[in-house]
Amino acid sequence: MANIQETISKLCPSATFEEGEVLRVTVDDKLWHDLAKQLKENPELGFDYLVGIIGCDWKESLGCVYYFTSTKTQEHVSVKVATTDRENPMLHSVSDLWRVALIQEREVYDFYGIVFIGHPDMRRLFLRTDWVGFPLRKDYDANPELNPIRLEQEPDEDATAAYVEESDGTVKKIDRKVFEDNEYVVNFGPQHPSTHGVMRLRTSIDGETLLKVDPVAGYIHRGIEKLCESKTYPQTLMFTDRMDYMSAHQNRHCLCMCIEKALGIEVPRRAKIIRVMMDELMRLSSHLLSYGCMTMDMGATTAFFYGFREREEILDIFEKTCGARMSLHYNVIGGVVADVHPDFIKDVRAICSIMPSRLKEYHKLFTGNVIAQNRTKGVGVLSMEDAINYGVTGPSGRATGWHCDVRKTAPYSIYDELDFEEITETAGDSFARYMVRMREIEQCVKLLEQLCDLLEKEEGNEYIAPKVPKIIKLPVGHWFQQVEASRGAFGVYIESTGEKTPYRMHFNSPCLNILGSVDLACRGYKIADLITITASLDYVIPDIDR
Amino acid sequence: MFDFGTITTWFDNLLESVMPGWAATVIECVIIGVALLLVYALLALFYILYERKLCAWFQCRLGPMRVGPWGLLQVFADMFKILIKELIRLENIDRFLFALAPYLVIIASMVSFAVLPWGNGLQIIDFNIGVFFMIAASSVGVLGILLAGWSSNNKYTLIGAMRSGAQMISYELSVGLSIMTMVVLAGTMSVSGLVAAQADGWLIFKGHIPAVIAFVIYLIAATGETNRGPFDLPEAEHELTAGYHTEYSGIHFGYFYLAEYLNLFIVSGIASLMFLGGWMPLHIPGWDGFNMIMDYIPSVIWFLGKAFFVSFIIIWFKWSFPRVRIDQLLALEWKYLMPIGLFNLLLMTLVVVYGWHF
Repeated sequence: MANIQETISKLCPSATFEEGEVLRVTVDDKLWHDLAKQLKENPELGFDYLVGIIGCDWKESLGCVYYFTSTKTQEHVSVKVATTDRENPMLHSVSDLWRVALIQEREVYDFYGIVFIGHPDMRRLFLRTDWVGFPLRKDYDANPELNPIRLEQEPDEDATAAYVEESDGTVKKIDRKVFEDNEYVVNFGPQHPSTHGVMRLRTSIDGETLLKVDPVAGYIHRGIEKLCESKTYPQTLMFTDRMDYMSAHQNRHCLCMCIEKALGIEVPRRAKIIRVMMDELMRLSSHLLSYGCMTMDMGATTAFFYGFREREEILDIFEKTCGARMSLHYNVIGGVVADVHPDFIKDVRAICSIMPSRLKEYHKLFTGNVIAQNRTKGVGVLSMEDAINYGVTGPSGRATGWHCDVRKTAPYSIYDELDFEEITETAGDSFARYMVRMREIEQCVKLLEQLCDLLEKEEGNEYIAPKVPKIIKLPVGHWFQQVEASRGAFGVYIESTGEKTPYRMHFNSPCLNILGSVDLACRGYKIADLITITASLDYVIPDIDR
Repeated sequence: MFDFGTITTWFDNLLESVMPGWAATVIECVIIGVALLLVYALLALFYILYERKLCAWFQCRLGPMRVGPWGLLQVFADMFKILIKELIRLENIDRFLFALAPYLVIIASMVSFAVLPWGNGLQIIDFNIGVFFMIAASSVGVLGILLAGWSSNNKYTLIGAMRSGAQMISYELSVGLSIMTMVVLAGTMSVSGLVAAQADGWLIFKGHIPAVIAFVIYLIAATGETNRGPFDLPEAEHELTAGYHTEYSGIHFGYFYLAEYLNLFIVSGIASLMFLGGWMPLHIPGWDGFNMIMDYIPSVIWFLGKAFFVSFIIIWFKWSFPRVRIDQLLALEWKYLMPIGLFNLLLMTLVVVYGWHF
């Protein structure tokens, strides 16, 4: 870390540093773009993966915190850039360096009104174009008269703008259009059978060929991050199950770990094992659902039921232990809410024993089918550079050959004790993404078998840490924690001022990054491929619309 | 084997003895029309249940079970529901063509019914170009689909209609070629002649290799022509929501739905006519006792049984295979099926010329 600090201070002498779990560099916006370029391209730094951009309102200033990771050394660094201008806040965009910023900067603009100079498509991401105010600012006026429930169509949905800096330092706004008038725009969603939720994709097509895809998100945005700012820490937990509901355990695990890290709570080993078991069961059920949905989207309706048949048994296990099938609410700060059901290990072993034969069935029904192979191979190719650049993690990222499994790159909980393989493919097409999931199912089974043994041998019977304070107040500071959710690296950022409620809580969702790569993955393919590609990328809408 | 011709001849003679010839013809036409409509509706209901039950079994489910014993009344309930549904009036569409399209589709499939060999002597029209007439009549359906897609003034329906235009016209070629192959073998285009030619063995056995090739091509192409999975691109639920009939509601949608099932029956019926002997029982030369027993099974059951069997195969692969993409669909037809079909036609001609068939 010292090494990174030295290199950065050489490149940018005015930068200030703050030691912590991750080195935080604070830099002036004028120098930011040059430093960003160095961060990415300087061989001593090589931060090629932008994990997340977290907008924040520090009252006296507005700005962003950037988290970077180097895919080679797995070093982390965070950068804080802020501006004191609240009327016309402007920062320099890094979307030319890390393409993931294209969509993440739009989110920041949407919620904080920070304009990014050099971003080619500066418009709102989630909210309507006629929304008044920027909701995550601390001085936001939530008066419902300002933003009533509007019944008419959004005005000027094609209008966008780019902000360009002239040589004399003034910033010029250039109006642009998302789709030109002569383009044949076909709208998919928000009510459409294969958008897997309320998602809208606007596509420009030529015959059957896709020229451009413009995702329109925000139809089910619940403002979770804003809500969290008025909830106590235990209350914020419930939102995590409602983001990516197919990674409910992992998301909640992540938030719990982040809070535990801040409080310095050590989780009992039994709770750790149970948490990891639940994570893996969740991943298994998510991949089964993903198999079902992808095959159904491509017209193989029967395969859908095969995937759901096994998923149902996993949900039964959840129901026995957690009392719920969807919103599981099982992890709590310091451990889990209750010990597992007496049948738990038996049930998990039963799932582990049937899965290999069921997987064979899946492969027989779909994987080997010549139509399925023709539909998926070579379709929606993302290269490893693209995946890193667009921040596409999880099975979709690993399908490009990128080793991005957080369980391996930054092992948390008890993953470093367990024996499992990080699955990667190299083709980066829809088939590779599909195969990564299928092979991860095998790894999940392998992990669950080991975990069953561990849980049986575990002598401690504490499932929650004994010293969790009644009123949880995090010390002043900021923390960032990542876990490997079913769809990729899920991150939680907490900034605390020592209150009962978080000052800022940000959820860095894998699906938003995946959504940002849809246009790249789909261009030039056919309409039918749009469905294949989005299904194989496997985003979940509530995770995008947090 | 019982010949239904005796009943129809007796009835015709009865009518002619009491009234002039033209009146008798009119009455017969009306009766046949009513009977056809009835059979049409009942078959559609049967097929809906048949497919729902079959696909449920493929998918580890039970299918409809609640209405009536074993879910038998479910289809009737569905039919009444669709009959009382509102026909939603749309703005900015071509009203005339929009209303016309479902009728074109359903008429095309109903006319094809007239030439199917329902049983011994049970045939509505029987003339020397019966098969040709059937192909011509059934291809009117694509016009209805094109009109439906165009007149709805919706981008999904237009893409669906474009796809169906490209697809149905392409696949008709292969259907035509494989039927022509079998016509070469049978030496006739008349439906009764075709059935009669199979009295001593079905054409798929008589024509051996080229006949089997033709059968496989026919099955693939017929699935393509009826817009069923894996070739259901014009509807492509997961891409175009419902394709060409997205904007239709109530019974207008019901007509498309019916026509789809009836077209499945028609292509299965043609398959049983061209390859599996129509209503002709399974006869194995030399096995007289066996042939006698086979003859006791009524001819109508033979025909329907064969048609349902072919439908079963088509339903089976619809529910198992993913959907193909438009470019792959056209490549399959123009690069593989049609050249193979042409070659197969040549092969069959040689087989017939040199007498290599049974």
